[in-house]
Amino acid sequence: MLDQFLWVIFPYLAIATFVIGHIFRYRYDQFSWTAKSSEFIEQKQLKWGSLLFHLGVIPVFFGHVVGLLVPAAWLSAIGVDDHLYHLGAVYVGSIFGIMTLVGMFLLTYRRLSKPSVLKLSSASDITVNLLLLFIVFIGCYATLVTNTTTPDFDYRATISVWIRGLLMLRPEAALMETVPLTFKLHVLAGFAIFMMWPFTRLVHVWSVPLNYGTRSYILYRKHSTR
Amino acid sequence: MKIKAQVAMVMNLDKCIGCHTCSVTCKSTWTNREGAEYMWFNNVETKPGIGYPKRWEDQEVYKGGWKLNKRGRLELKSGTRLSKMALGKIFYNPDMPEMKDYYIPWTYNYKNLITRKQGAHSPVATARNVLTGEKMDPEWGPNWEDDLAGAHITGPEDPNIQKIEEEIKFNFEQSFMMYLPRLCEHCLNPSCVASCPSGAMYKRDEDGIVLVDQEACRGWRYCMTGCPYKKVYFNWKTNKAEKCTFCYPRIETGLPTVCSETCTGRIRYLGVLLYDADRVLEAASTEDPKDLYQAQLDLFLDPNDPEVIAQAEKDGISYDWIEAAQQSPVYKLAIEYKLAFPLHPEYRTMPMVWYVPPLSPIMNYFEGRDSIKNPDAIFPAIEEMRTPVQYLANMLTAGDTKTVKESLQRMAMMRSYMRAATSGKDFDERKLERVGLTAVRTKEMYRLLAIAKYEDRFVIPTSHREGAMDPYRAQGSTGYTQDGFADGCDGCGPVGVTAEKSGKQIYEENFYGGIWRD
Repeated sequence: MLDQFLWVIFPYLAIATFVIGHIFRYRYDQFSWTAKSSEFIEQKQLKWGSLLFHLGVIPVFFGHVVGLLVPAAWLSAIGVDDHLYHLGAVYVGSIFGIMTLVGMFLLTYRRLSKPSVLKLSSASDITVNLLLLFIVFIGCYATLVTNTTTPDFDYRATISVWIRGLLMLRPEAALMETVPLTFKLHVLAGFAIFMMWPFTRLVHVWSVPLNYGTRSYILYRKHSTR
Repeated sequence: MKIKAQVAMVMNLDKCIGCHTCSVTCKSTWTNREGAEYMWFNNVETKPGIGYPKRWEDQEVYKGGWKLNKRGRLELKSGTRLSKMALGKIFYNPDMPEMKDYYIPWTYNYKNLITRKQGAHSPVATARNVLTGEKMDPEWGPNWEDDLAGAHITGPEDPNIQKIEEEIKFNFEQSFMMYLPRLCEHCLNPSCVASCPSGAMYKRDEDGIVLVDQEACRGWRYCMTGCPYKKVYFNWKTNKAEKCTFCYPRIETGLPTVCSETCTGRIRYLGVLLYDADRVLEAASTEDPKDLYQAQLDLFLDPNDPEVIAQAEKDGISYDWIEAAQQSPVYKLAIEYKLAFPLHPEYRTMPMVWYVPPLSPIMNYFEGRDSIKNPDAIFPAIEEMRTPVQYLANMLTAGDTKTVKESLQRMAMMRSYMRAATSGKDFDERKLERVGLTAVRTKEMYRLLAIAKYEDRFVIPTSHREGAMDPYRAQGSTGYTQDGFADGCDGCGPVGVTAEKSGKQIYEENFYGGIWRD
């Protein structure tokens, strides 16, 4: 019963909240949609924290896409066998994972220790901060420690299959039963942050200014015509 | 050729008394709210000085404005668009001013004055940091250098002074001083707009006012870096960019901006300029910075030229705007009389707030001497006073002293001529020709600069909003057009039609057999 809730109901709730929440926020609350940078208040500590975190988390995200959404059989079909995959996932993944972790740690430390930054932080900022730190930490821990202590466990045969089932509307909670606790916590905390995502500063991820590179420098606007 | 209209401003620094009324009225209109405490859309600086934010004129540090790249093409000084994305600058902007570069806003613990228990000493209101509420000792403020306060320390740090080779001592007997009121320049080639990754900043097509779309801004803060005048601010409460709006709700109805309206010295002028929008990029790419002033002048079109009028009408500029351009005090002061200059043309943004240089730094030279007895002594003085003239030129013409001198000479000549005229003395009018003036023009200049009637200073045509909305439906509206507000209509609609009624009900009530009934 609990498994059914944790690995089927809760993820779907999180995905639904994520999608509907974003649509709602985008339509009705453009004004609060911002990167919410505190660089203006404090620059020195932000520099390394923000750079390490952001430059780490982007490759980490794509790593997750490959590891979770692409079936192992497909990868081996294009020549990426288990050995090669693990080289990439464990070594390259760990480098970026540690970068993200150090960045997130610096950012959290800064947020909580600088009075001016703390004062400007909302409850949601602090929650997001701590939750992200937890997710990144437990993710790194699972990759570096759990993977070595339980060498029999293969997340590509369990978590990845489960999540693809979830996305193809064929959820199977049983697949998650044998998964070690650290991975479980990482997944659950991940869905928790997806659930909060549309209501926090994280929405700035969707504002990556992709068209800035191609648009004209100077923009003019006319009074709207009916 | 594509003609656009620009509402521009001239400030006659010769008459600025540094009273800060413009700053205060602007602040109480626009930025007296949480998150905006440190923002002064308009501020007045004492020069020489480092200003607000500290050393804003040092673009080697702040990287504002444009530069020419190796191929001679115009590029943002802070780097190309690609470099901003590729080098991770979006995660950490290395060229951004911090709040402490402006100043940390503070208030006083006034409550303590009335609530403290009786004690041996009078209660005091201590300064408190507005952000954290902590006690603080203010060490820098928006006008810390007022009237050269501390100028012996900050003055030598002024980038305009540092460009002058000779050593300048900031002894009060020898120093010169002037005021510089500053606001957003509403540039023709705005680098803030070009810097905004979200496309939230824009120049209004009708009047050239540069604004930030508060809904579209995502708080990337490149605009703060991009603006060389450091006139785009970051609101720490809303986390969005804000800037001077040129009081557009007032301009649209033909009223001057608040700073202009309330200026006690009547130093501000507002008017329309017509310019060729197709040539802005070319003008801003002029190679030698000293030629940029002339390149900018060449963009403006004579509003009395029939060809210009025909083209302007073709480009959608209405006739009342063309008429306003013909009477524009800005056109007269900046283009016809060549008395006013753009601030730091070398930033290549084509700024649209122009400054008439002050004679006061030169007049200071005569302080305590027989300046009244011999007004003509001012002409050799303009030649002699190399430092103040070079200083003005560093601010207004990228260092070209010739044009600044000519402007100062014309103003000095005007004073001399009018002094003779009002005291009944003879005046050799050939002297006017020497500085390119005639008696008629000198009197015109005098009227505009010295008498400065309200209707001569502000020639602002009303905006043609009626073309962009249905005026009948907009009756009684407050100007809001957001979704979810009054059904997204322009206003509340004609009186008597309420939002509760459906279109069908309104139709049935008002429309009988093909005849509309009011």
